Amino acid sequence: MTLQQIYFGYFATMMTIISLLVVSRKNPVHSVLWMLVLFVHMAGLYLFLNAEFLAAVQIIVYAGAIMVLFLFVIMLLNLRKEEKEFRLQKQWPVSAVTAVLFLVVLVSILGKITVLPELGEYSIDMINAQGSLMTIGNVLYTKYLLPFEIASVLLLVAIVGAVVLAKKRIE
Amino acid sequence: MSAAEMIGIFIETLIVVSILMLHVSYVVYFERKVIGHMQCRMGPMRVGWHGLLQPIADAIKLFFKEDIIPSQADKPIFYVAPLIGVLAALGSVAVIPMWEGFSIANLNIGILYILALSSVGSYAVILGGWASNSKYSFLGGLRSAAQVISYEIAMGLSLVGVMLMSGSANLSDIVHAQAGHWFIFTQPVAFFVFVIAIFAETNRVPFDMPEAETELVAGYATEYSGIRFGLFFMAEYAGMFVMSAFAVTCFLGGWSGPAFLPGFVWFILKVYAFIFLYFWIRATLPRYRYDQLMGLGWKLFIPLALANVVFTALMKIL
Repeated sequence: MTLQQIYFGYFATMMTIISLLVVSRKNPVHSVLWMLVLFVHMAGLYLFLNAEFLAAVQIIVYAGAIMVLFLFVIMLLNLRKEEKEFRLQKQWPVSAVTAVLFLVVLVSILGKITVLPELGEYSIDMINAQGSLMTIGNVLYTKYLLPFEIASVLLLVAIVGAVVLAKKRIE
Repeated sequence: MSAAEMIGIFIETLIVVSILMLHVSYVVYFERKVIGHMQCRMGPMRVGWHGLLQPIADAIKLFFKEDIIPSQADKPIFYVAPLIGVLAALGSVAVIPMWEGFSIANLNIGILYILALSSVGSYAVILGGWASNSKYSFLGGLRSAAQVISYEIAMGLSLVGVMLMSGSANLSDIVHAQAGHWFIFTQPVAFFVFVIAIFAETNRVPFDMPEAETELVAGYATEYSGIRFGLFFMAEYAGMFVMSAFAVTCFLGGWSGPAFLPGFVWFILKVYAFIFLYFWIRATLPRYRYDQLMGLGWKLFIPLALANVVFTALMKIL
């Protein structure tokens, strides 16, 4: 095995194990913490793929902002009480069927993935020469400007929606 | 990368970290002296000449004190929390350029790396507060969580101005881009927002809400004792060092200065001037009220930093 395979193998196995830990913990704060470890592993995988910018953003956005928000809400609601209750919702048979169907889809496409597709113009050398920050910025603001802006409008709608829902009604 | 290179980097890291630790222990002494004199006291005087050996005595005391763990505490998290803080603070030092051509890792995403680690560092306070299973610690942790959400956005946005001016997120390039004039003069608004954000980030007065001795005993650190408390302390002061060095690199021209002193000396002098500012403010200002701090972050600093980004970008185009 090459060093790269060991590296990828470590991250792939660890991420699977940690994901299972996230959903199986009884204490919600522990779940959040395992998720944090999962995000760090994802960032490591991005680094392995020469995507340093994505790795940093993964940590800043998910670990730094979103998980803190999760923790804050969980702590505020003090979910410790709910540890002993039955942990599955009553619609669990539907979820089980969906999960099995999803697994079937995944297995059926396994053989059809091209492992090494033909390289496009953005080779690793080219990205390293330019810096990944520069490359992503260029592509995002020229070639994919429209989808990018649509995504930001979508987020704005979500923010406005949250504010409207949270606002007290004035009689 | 060959084995020899890796050993070289390892030794480099070891030297930088040990020098930093020495500075961290003496910066506590520096703080007690500065604040003492500002309040017309002498500060530590008993151990050694003018109390010079005080930090060593403190360190020995912390090492040998009993390590008490509250009975209902969440033990693994209680153990890990202070370590996260120390690791995040020490890890950030790797990308800071200390003189021309020297930083342990010259990353292209230096700014983002430090932002990422500082957001991981805040978990130390949140988790330490939660795992202690005590009202005061818990309140401290919650406050820290809310504080992080409101301040990190403004901090990141203020640095966008710096990135726009220098055209890079590499800290060495940012220092080179300040050859003509420091960014504190061209980006005063960003500097203002950034300095206040790093005060909140390092939990220092006037934003030391998670600790707040007068209302929360010692906040998140209430239940910690012995060396674990020492680690929290270390993380706080190492964090101050890193953030000061970060501010110096981004706004005060890093290692650059008149040629009669070497770059490293200029860098250290600027960092200590910045740390003095921390102490000066601690001796001057009272603590902010909690809701006022949140309002300040969301309603003033984020819009201000955003306006600064728009203005800088427009200036850059014109």
